[in-house]
Amino acid sequence: MPFAQTIGEATINGLAYVGELTRLTGGAARAIFIDPFRGRRIRYARAVHQAMAVGVGAIPVVSLISFFVGLILALQAAYELRRLGALHLVAATVALSMTRELGPLMTAVVVIGRSGSAFAAEIGTMKVNEEIDALETMALEPVHFLVAPKLVAMLLMMPCLTTWADLMGVTGGGLFGVMSAGFTWHTYFQSTIDALVRRDIFIGLVKSLIFGIVITAVGCQEGFTTGLGSEQVGKSTTAAVVKSIFLVVVMDLVFTSIFYITAPR
Amino acid sequence: MAEHPISRGEPVAERGAPAISVRDLRVKYGEREILHGINFDAPAGQTLVILGGSGSGKSTLLRTLVGLESPTGGSIWIRGKDFAAMREAERDELRKKMGMSFQSGALFGSMTVAENVALPLREHTKLDDSTIDIMVRLKLNQVGLSGFENYMPAQLSGGMKKRAAIARALAMDPEVLFFDEPSAGLDPIIAAGIDELILALKKAFHITILVVTHELASAFLIADRMILLNKGVIVADGTPVELQASANPRVRQFLDRVPEKELTAEIDYLQMLTGEIPPQRQ
Repeated sequence: MPFAQTIGEATINGLAYVGELTRLTGGAARAIFIDPFRGRRIRYARAVHQAMAVGVGAIPVVSLISFFVGLILALQAAYELRRLGALHLVAATVALSMTRELGPLMTAVVVIGRSGSAFAAEIGTMKVNEEIDALETMALEPVHFLVAPKLVAMLLMMPCLTTWADLMGVTGGGLFGVMSAGFTWHTYFQSTIDALVRRDIFIGLVKSLIFGIVITAVGCQEGFTTGLGSEQVGKSTTAAVVKSIFLVVVMDLVFTSIFYITAPR
Repeated sequence: MAEHPISRGEPVAERGAPAISVRDLRVKYGEREILHGINFDAPAGQTLVILGGSGSGKSTLLRTLVGLESPTGGSIWIRGKDFAAMREAERDELRKKMGMSFQSGALFGSMTVAENVALPLREHTKLDDSTIDIMVRLKLNQVGLSGFENYMPAQLSGGMKKRAAIARALAMDPEVLFFDEPSAGLDPIIAAGIDELILALKKAFHITILVVTHELASAFLIADRMILLNKGVIVADGTPVELQASANPRVRQFLDRVPEKELTAEIDYLQMLTGEIPPQRQ
């Protein structure tokens, strides 16, 4: 009986958590998409500030990681393809894996580490310092004021970063292609373009948007539920990173399944 | 302190009439009731001090009055409307006319002092930047922080943080100003400065001021009226003179700073555990 009870409680808690994330995202989405038509302005300056931190600041590390991942993919694929005498398929393999899967995923992991944790730490510190209470007493809704600009920044920056990561990954694969698979840069990129259809890019970008929403919601939710005391901020930050990675992978699975089922044959 | 250059318009209520009336207010955290039916009036244009020891429920009372906690029963009447039963939008309108100074200051750490004070003006008014700039300087001047516009909160001392927080609370020209432990964590000289500021604000703007504190010296200096809260119940309500003269044992204990008796009798101990107050102590 206690075992069943444990499972039951864990399920309820998990669902409640997802419910909280949905409520938070809904509130932020209302602030972004509905309230501007009701005469409440969006805080563009804050959104731009967040976009710089989330997006522009992440470019170096996203570039480097994607480049390496592209190169690794090419090496791994070539190991098998060489035996089949199909080394020319390296470009297509790297292109598909990057755009559909690893571009969005690696970008999400970097953004979780840089920004998801920062959201939790920022909001958690504000909670501990009574700043969230101060916002409320000033008639400033914390979700509007803090979460909405972050969500705007994520929705704008995740697709951009992912596209950039795709490009860097392909370039990484290209390095291998040119060095030891008989491609020139021109033929490598040509093969990449030939291998990709619009749907591949689209799938990657849809995933990146979903990941951006998950990272924002989890980071902010962990911040808002920070307990009293500054050591709790550290715990929230850790929780934000772990939960975000888990939920991003779960959402990746869900959407990959959906795209697999709905794929044209 | 200079008179405020911007007209505050008609006074909200006659001096002496209640600006806030609390009726049978009850607040629960989970199963535990913290406030057991609070009744009091805060007269407009006067300073009401809510006294009480740790765990008396005074902070909960303040948080409920500004809408950070929801009451489980009773009503809070502000401007003839029940604040506790309002819709969120309506409550926000009223909040713009209330200022709150938090115990820690609660200044936004990522903004300068000037940006902190300007925030409510930027968010709630359509004033242009130069007007906001002037208003911010004015507010900072009122609290004695001229020249500190571009400091970050982390660069300020404890007393200066409190002053900056008061300037922010004053930004929207509030009708009611709430203070949570204004002198907590400050040395006596700085704390006396904050008391003087509160008195000056009352004199200059005739704002209704509610202060939650356990500092007796400060309370008797600034109060027009006082409430003593003990274990979620009001045990005394009157002018400072009336409280000084009170024969109520709880009031005497608090004012004369008598430590709590050791709990010896079994019944006392049980009542302490269950949170009930022994009848003879009420």
